[in-house]
Amino acid sequence: MSEQSQTAELTANQTYNAEHTNTNNGEHSVSYGTYFMVWLGLVALTSVTVTVAGIHLGSLTLITALLIAAVKTTLVGYHFMHLKFDNIIIKIFVMVCLGIFLCLWILTFADLSFR
Amino acid sequence: MANGSLAHEVSYLKYEGKHKGIAGWLLTLDHKRIGLMYLMAILLFFFVAMTLGILMRLEMLTPGETIMRPSTYNSVFTLHGVIMVFLFIIPAIPAVFGNFMLPIQIGAKDVAFPRLNLFSWYLYIAGAILAIVSLFTGGGAADTGWTFYVPYSIRSAQNVTMTTLAAFVLGFSSIVTGLNFVVTIHRLRAPGMTWFRMPLFPWALYATSWIQVLATPIIGITLALIILERLFGIGVFDASLGGDPILYQHLFWIYSHPAVYIMIIPAMGVVSEILPTFSRKDIFGYKQIAISSLGIALIGYLVWGHHMFVSGMSDASRVVFSLLTFLVAIPTGVKIFNWVATLYKASIKFSAPLYYVLAFIFIFSIGGLTGLVLGALSTDIHVTDTYFVVGHFHYVMFGGMGIMFFATMHYWFPKVFGKMYSEKIAIIACTVIIIGFNMLYFPFFILGYMGMPRRYYDYLPQFQGWHVLSTVGSWVLVSGIVFMFGNLLYALLKGPKAPMNPWGGTTLEWKVPSPPPLENFEEIPVVTGGPYVHDKPTYIMHPGKEGLNGNGVVKTANQENAI
Amino acid sequence: MTEHSEVMQEETQIHSGAHVHRDDEGSKMAMWLFLFTELLLFGGLFLLYGSYRFEYADGFKAAAADMNSVIGAVNTLILLTSSLSVALSIAALQRKQKALALGMLWFTIICGLVFLVNKYFEWSHEIGMGIYPGGPALENMSNGEIIYFGLYYVMTGLHGLHVIVGMIFIGFVMFFISRDKITATNYQKLENAGLYWHLVDIIWIFLFPLFYLLH
Repeated sequence: MSEQSQTAELTANQTYNAEHTNTNNGEHSVSYGTYFMVWLGLVALTSVTVTVAGIHLGSLTLITALLIAAVKTTLVGYHFMHLKFDNIIIKIFVMVCLGIFLCLWILTFADLSFR
Repeated sequence: MANGSLAHEVSYLKYEGKHKGIAGWLLTLDHKRIGLMYLMAILLFFFVAMTLGILMRLEMLTPGETIMRPSTYNSVFTLHGVIMVFLFIIPAIPAVFGNFMLPIQIGAKDVAFPRLNLFSWYLYIAGAILAIVSLFTGGGAADTGWTFYVPYSIRSAQNVTMTTLAAFVLGFSSIVTGLNFVVTIHRLRAPGMTWFRMPLFPWALYATSWIQVLATPIIGITLALIILERLFGIGVFDASLGGDPILYQHLFWIYSHPAVYIMIIPAMGVVSEILPTFSRKDIFGYKQIAISSLGIALIGYLVWGHHMFVSGMSDASRVVFSLLTFLVAIPTGVKIFNWVATLYKASIKFSAPLYYVLAFIFIFSIGGLTGLVLGALSTDIHVTDTYFVVGHFHYVMFGGMGIMFFATMHYWFPKVFGKMYSEKIAIIACTVIIIGFNMLYFPFFILGYMGMPRRYYDYLPQFQGWHVLSTVGSWVLVSGIVFMFGNLLYALLKGPKAPMNPWGGTTLEWKVPSPPPLENFEEIPVVTGGPYVHDKPTYIMHPGKEGLNGNGVVKTANQENAI
Repeated sequence: MTEHSEVMQEETQIHSGAHVHRDDEGSKMAMWLFLFTELLLFGGLFLLYGSYRFEYADGFKAAAADMNSVIGAVNTLILLTSSLSVALSIAALQRKQKALALGMLWFTIICGLVFLVNKYFEWSHEIGMGIYPGGPALENMSNGEIIYFGLYYVMTGLHGLHVIVGMIFIGFVMFFISRDKITATNYQKLENAGLYWHLVDIIWIFLFPLFYLLH
């Protein structure tokens, strides 16, 4: 539960910072070039995933495809969705959501794979 | 705002803004009015579902057909379940009292998104209307049970499609409320109100809201798939096309088990409010109770499989789910022991809300302990789909959440309506309810253990004695409930005016007039200590007048508006 | 007194009053929470996909072989590019380049439309071949393939629905930008629309390999 107390502190600070209305924004402005680079990376990864799918890797095909998709998602989330600049509380939220989702998979497969 | 101070003296009930009369309610953005609108709607559906329950008990008075045909009985128990679960138990405490009390308890003027709040009420009403329309259209009311298990929900000729659609819309309403509360608690706490100075009811709502946000979408997609399966036959849950009905059960319970905690955690939050007030003493183990709410919410996600022990899932996962199920008992036990320890050496003032809470602790313990019987694999197989299960979930749902809903209504009645009810009658009604409740549901455990299956309109003659006792209990219970509501209704019309703080409560809602003014606070208070400190004040209600705003205490955005 | 209901703390409200309370951080938080619900809505379907892929590995491979991975790849590129243009429009608005921001959003909407048109042709091609729930071609296929196409229609259909909603969302935002309600100092709504659009993109990032490539 250490994560929780951390959250507690952080948001307590936030409340204090919430003075003078949060017209936040404006703190970060990313150069157009960075976005283009990210986009190029995404396109490159897409071509990799299409190419790899053509090669017969057996059971590795699925894992590679998912790994590439995960990397692409991280790129979109971190740069395009500005998680890079976001308050830590939002990062924790994302982790909690993904953690719960992962639990659902593990427990469902605890059933399926032992049937 | 030249007339600002005047507005703060007018209660939210009497206030007239842009819209007057009924429109002033239907278009209101005030969290308190929205809470009351929820209360009206929810009580209406409570009475409908209660009536269905009485009819079911009446049917069970004698073996064979008593007052209804078997197919009618199927529809009646389905509707009793759907209405109670989706229209009463899930929204009752968060949507009514959460809406009303959360902003006040954390020192805010409203929730973070008042328009979304109103929108969620309209979604609730839309879902409710769909549920009602489904009764009278398309081949009759749904008859699948509230769980909509496949394959029956795919094959049933009755109007399952619309009932599932209703549940879908109600789920959306629940998500919106949860989202609103999470942001409210993060963003709108008064200056000085750190997480561990927050009362325990907001803590409970915080845990609940997370479940609402993270679990409800799963039921949304599951019910949508049922609808698509019925309309197009996509095969995802249809065993004849290769679908896996057990996966339906997985998805259904991935939501519906955490939903059980959507129902009970807010009720536990209210227990933690009522106990310190009537014990005149700080709550024992504040942090543990606060964190255990989150603990229950978290573990609550991991135990859904215990609803499916006999469904045909793998042995390995049954053991895992059984083990995880026992873990829920830990945070729940933490709460119960801390509550009892709060009462120890306290100067207890007995009054109606406290009686309900004591009844809750007793009844909920029975419900919880019988839950262990169901969580253990071997014993569960013996009592699966019997009255034992029905008894268990009525003890935790009705005995837990329902009884606490009554307690909440009594505890906050003076604050919400500004009137006092008759304490004596309230206590008598409470006693009748507790006796009726146990008479109605305790025989279920015995019947279930003897092998009486659930969802049958008929039974073997040897069960009749217990069924008769139970049916008589339902009459006692209902008369208690009617008595209780009669008392509150009378108080509403003729009761004496309530003072600001009739119980000697320490949280913020007791520092504002009864009923509270439109925006709750003249000035946003500053918090200097914990929520249940009885011997010294922990809230500065007029920081501006005391000149605190200039000296280090930060003004919030809310305050800027008020000035 | 009528003004009081207006003064209530509603964040990012478009009141003309100078004292309107705005909480961009809260608004962003709410948007993220909403995205979680969307994620889990699709999450349920992904869970089903995973379970059935586990159960019918061969049927799923056979079915995926029927898919046109070129259209899938083109659609992936379209959505990735539209995500870029949304991100660029935020950057442009931050630099007070209103026209560029609007242009980027127009481009995004056009990308969304092209995506949907592709999807339409793809679906009609498959339906024309009799591959749809209850369709003549699908009835003769194995259970794994039936489930695969059932999930295919549900997941891409739901995704398409989200593309449409995202386009409407962006449309509203464009209206507000043109009226100067969303500006270089007050652009959380644009940011939120962007977040939504990126989520739609992310879901497609997973749908593409799962339905088009794994044969």
